[in-house]
Amino acid sequence: MEEKLLFELDSVYRDNMRIKGFSFGKGEKSVCIVGATRGNEVQQVYICSQLIKIFRQLEKQGKIKENKSIMVVPTANSYSMNIAKRFWSTDNTDINRMFPGYNLGETTQRIAAGVFENVNDYEYGIQFTSFYMQGSFIPHVRMMKTGFENVELAKDFGLPYVFRREARPYDTTTLNYNWQLWETKAFSVYTNATDSIDVASAREAINAVLNFLNKNEIIEYSCHQGYVSQFIEGHTLVNVKSNVSGIFIRYKDVNTRVTKGDTLAEIIDPHTGLPVDTIKSPVNGIVFFHADQPVIYSQAPLYRIIPTDDLY
Amino acid sequence: MIQTIASVGLPIDETLMIKKNRLIPQSGLNGNEKRISIVTGTHGDELEGQYVCFELQRRIKENYSALKGIVDVYPALNPLGIDSITRGIPAFDLDMNRIFPGSENGSMPEYIASKIIGDLIGSDVVIDIHASNIFLKEIPQVRINELSRDVLVPYAKLINVDYIWIHSSATVLESTLAYSLNSIGTPTLVVEMGVGMRITKNYGDQLVDGIFALMKELGIWSGETAAPKTPIISEDGEVSFINAGSSGVFLPSVEHWKNVKKGDCIGKILNPLTGEVNETIFAQNDGIVFTLREYPIVSEGSLIARILA
Repeated sequence: MEEKLLFELDSVYRDNMRIKGFSFGKGEKSVCIVGATRGNEVQQVYICSQLIKIFRQLEKQGKIKENKSIMVVPTANSYSMNIAKRFWSTDNTDINRMFPGYNLGETTQRIAAGVFENVNDYEYGIQFTSFYMQGSFIPHVRMMKTGFENVELAKDFGLPYVFRREARPYDTTTLNYNWQLWETKAFSVYTNATDSIDVASAREAINAVLNFLNKNEIIEYSCHQGYVSQFIEGHTLVNVKSNVSGIFIRYKDVNTRVTKGDTLAEIIDPHTGLPVDTIKSPVNGIVFFHADQPVIYSQAPLYRIIPTDDLY
Repeated sequence: MIQTIASVGLPIDETLMIKKNRLIPQSGLNGNEKRISIVTGTHGDELEGQYVCFELQRRIKENYSALKGIVDVYPALNPLGIDSITRGIPAFDLDMNRIFPGSENGSMPEYIASKIIGDLIGSDVVIDIHASNIFLKEIPQVRINELSRDVLVPYAKLINVDYIWIHSSATVLESTLAYSLNSIGTPTLVVEMGVGMRITKNYGDQLVDGIFALMKELGIWSGETAAPKTPIISEDGEVSFINAGSSGVFLPSVEHWKNVKKGDCIGKILNPLTGEVNETIFAQNDGIVFTLREYPIVSEGSLIARILA
């Protein structure tokens, strides 16, 4: 294992911020794995730390294939993590909206540039990231439709779903999008936790990465082969919202089969305790995402369901 | 007439409401009136537009008979942000000016964004007033995407700003309110002036003078107006950026909106722990300082100044 200092930010008031990469194997730059770019992405840091532990063992055992190298960057934003803030510690900008970065620009542009110049020439790029809304997903590989994405390759992770959605203007400054522009085959892996550690979900993500690297002949590793991934397009999911606000009592978890008319949740009046809305599933399907905040706004998306026929 | 253009229930006995005040001629509407919309408060820490909304209406009400068209005033597109001194949308930590045009079926911020767009469509001109952020002070200026220059520059020349900056197009900016409206044919000017969390009254008065001049041109106002000043117009190539090379406390040596010569000292970055100067910053070219660092604490990369050659 080689520990590299990718970028260092000096500070008068704090210890310097150091972004580190941990490399394994020698030769062509095969895969780069990036964890937290936001200060609350502790699950993402945990997953990277576990991968580093495993790659260290594999390297000792000679199981990283010849002429292949792997780099893991557990976090690009320790400053925010250390003060329990999601975005950049001073100006609240999002490092994952600053790629490819600019080394003469503002602070977070420089950080993004410092990371990107070290990660942009790998064949594969894997990012552990998080959604802007609080909630849980079925673990999946997420990709944007850029013209460079490769759905079949994403199935090599063996996660239950490969999810693709249209890229929006604000996506064009993410790491994933810029990786793709620089011809790295990029994937974002979502687990069902962000600001807490979910060990079971982390194991699933770790297994998926090892599975992918094994199938693409970067490491030699025997593990559970995972699922035959189902491909879903973002626009085919059914969104379920509530027209009222209140306390959100959730009855269905992710990865649960639901039938049209099933009660997914209730919204409770916070003063009287009476239900003010009962959220029913509009379709047969599988719960792909649910919100998990205790209180909700009206119009808030509460569930996203993968529609299925499920006639039995 | 105060109207609520979007509302969302908050969890505990409160409704988030986006409001506008519509001022119409005393004689009523005949259906042919022009309409100007003044929007501000997208970022909760930008307050310069609050005074403009007040002062514009105060002056109209002083001479109501001169009003010949519709004036819609939207002082707070992000009322929760303004009330809680939060730049983004509280609870979502989301920049509201990166989610337009929004979506009726999206999350709360996207839903509100779609309602705002829906209400602004059809305005003859929209003026979207921003106030930089807490870090930088700006002279009154209009920023125009090069794609909209032909439509917007004639309007921008009327609103009495010091400077018009025509900037290159960037995909990420396609999620702004102004881009979304301009792309569907509702001309929208983005005004930047002052500094976050403060109100600079003379800038506000200057812009209100300009809004009246524009309203007169559009046939919305028949009263007396001041002649707008002639703004400097420039493109990206004429603007240079100065960023901090080290962290510390920035102390400026120049005044805002003053000329500097190449080699002039812009300011120093001080180290309060050691008593040393970490960096002395010099102008790289002759020009006028139209953006100047206001917040003293800087990190490597913090923007210190923008100079127009």
